[in-house]
Formats: sequence, C-alpha cells, structure tokens
Amino acid sequence: MEKIPILKMGPFLLVTIQVDLYDRLALSLEADLVQMVKKTAAKGVLIDISAVSIVDSFMGRIFGNIAGMCKILDAETVVVGMQPAVAITLIELGLPLTGVHTALDVEKGMKLLTSKVDIDIESDDDLDDDHNTI
Amino acid sequence: MTTWTMIITLSKDVMRIVADQDVVPFRNRVKECAVKIKMGLVNQTKLITAASELGRNMLKYASGGETLIEIVTRGRDNGVRLTFKDKGPGIADLSLAMKDGYSTGKSLGLGLPGAKRLVNEFDIKSEPGKGTTVVVIKWANG
Ligand SMILES: Nc1ncnc2c1ncn2[C@@H]1O[C@H](COP(=O)(O)OP(=O)(O)OP(=O)(O)O)[C@@H](O)[C@H]1O
Ligand SMILES: [Mg+2]
Repeated sequence: MEKIPILKMGPFLLVTIQVDLYDRLALSLEADLVQMVKKTAAKGVLIDISAVSIVDSFMGRIFGNIAGMCKILDAETVVVGMQPAVAITLIELGLPLTGVHTALDVEKGMKLLTSKVDIDIESDDDLDDDHNTI
Repeated sequence: MTTWTMIITLSKDVMRIVADQDVVPFRNRVKECAVKIKMGLVNQTKLITAASELGRNMLKYASGGETLIEIVTRGRDNGVRLTFKDKGPGIADLSLAMKDGYSTGKSLGLGLPGAKRLVNEFDIKSEPGKGTTVVVIKWANG
C-alpha cells in the first residue's frame, strides 16, 4: 500500500502531503504519525498541506485526531500552507480544526513549534503573529 | 425551485462510488467539469468538498451508489450538477439529518448541512428502506 513519508528533523516530525488523500491513506498516516511521535519522543509535528486542494470533514477530523493524540504524547501539531480556497471552504462547511495550530508556511510553522516547545534551540523567536487556531 | 425546469444538460457522466478509493477519481472528474466551465478556484473547492461529503455519506451509510456528473446551463449561467443516488436504508427524518451536529455515525454531523452551504442548489429526497438521492448545483459564478 501507498504510504506518506514522515521525516524527522531534530525534535520535530515533518509530513508533506503531496497526493490526494483517500480515507485509508489518511487513517494510516494518522496511525503512523502517532507511532512515530511515541517512538522518537518528538516534540512537534508539522503537516504541510500546501499541495492539498481539498480538505473535507473527514480529513479535518484526521488533523484534529492527530493533534489530540500528539498532545497526550506532549507534542504540538501545526498544519501549514493551507490554500486560501481551502480555508474559506472549511469555514463555510463549519469545521472547527480544534487543537490544530496553523501557519502560513513550513518556516513559520517551525518557528511556531519552536516557540511552543521547551527546548534549547538558538533563540530566534521574533515570532510573526500570522498563525492562529481555527 | 422554479429554475430547475429551464436547465439544459450539456454533458453527462456516470460514476459509481463503492469503495473509498473511488472518491478521488470522482472528485477529479468533478474538477474537470468545473474547470471546463471556468469556475473560479474558490467555487471549485466548495463544489468538490461538497461532492466529497456526499460521496462519503453514500459509502458510509448506503455502502455506495451511483453519481451523475453533468455540465448544465440556464442561458448565460453554466454550472455543474451532481446527483448522488443510493439504494441504502434512507433517512427517516430529513429535517433532523439536515441539522448541524446531527449524526447517527458518531461523527460531527456536518456533511449534509455543510454541503448545502457550499453549493447553490441542494435537493434531497429519501425514502426509508428504498434509498436516498441528493442533487446539487454549483453555478460557475454562483
Ligand atoms: N446516503 C445516506 N443514506 C442514509 N443515511 C444518510 C445518508 N446520508 C446521510 N445520512 C444520515 O444523515 C446523518 C447526517 O449526515 P451528515 O453527513 O450531515 O453527518 P455525518 O455523516 O453523520 O457526519 P460527518 O459528515 O460530519 O462526518 C447521518 O448520520 C446519517 O444518519
Ligand atoms: Mg457525512
């Protein structure tokens, strides 16, 4: 079966979703990510969805699940790069991305994670305030 | 809706959704139609997201069904009309099913009311024991 690669970058895990997710692929990503957070004791998870053109309630829920489970494992989740059309659609659909932080791009997402997490990486935390929780 | 009678079909495609992998090619076909009539990106995204919700409901509650993907026109306006037809258990109380937060599937209950908000025309018919049919239209400039 097809799988979505998870990269380890220091204390964080990075996932770049490049394909259209069908349900089983999304569910296996959820399971793999949580496993990996547990195994590596990662402090943060960054999910890049800049190549994703559709987020429906199912996928939105998957992001929420991932964030919820990671939180229990002491890791924060940031979803980055959501296309404006996707964000507008999610709001109209009425889907709350509870517990999921969002940021404009991977770099800003990294900054956000670093600021949230209690680790000593060279302080470079003039954090832009273009992230939020929807 | 009075406008429905004046709608002319320009192209018509039938696709079955019986497994969760069928949703992606279905969404792609919907996108092709939307692009063909020069629908803007935001409206495309809304339409495809609604299609995804309705296709998923069909899979989840009726173990699949048939979709009709049409390019339609009513004079100056072109649009995409989608029909989702299943022979599942049907929905006993439609007004309840259309409420935000109502779900028999321990889910968020957003699919039907959310899909309705994302399109321009939304029609649902259901007969318990017989099945459910949902028809939606998104106009290119809607
Ligand atoms: N095609 C269908 N056949 C039978 N019942 C359906 C069908 N579509 C929806 N329903 C019923 O209507 C309810 C509401 O559907 P809706 O899509 O709004 O929410 P959901 O599927 O339960 O949750 P969500 O879509 O947010 O994951 C469902 O829980 C189900 O009981
Ligand atoms: Mg649903």
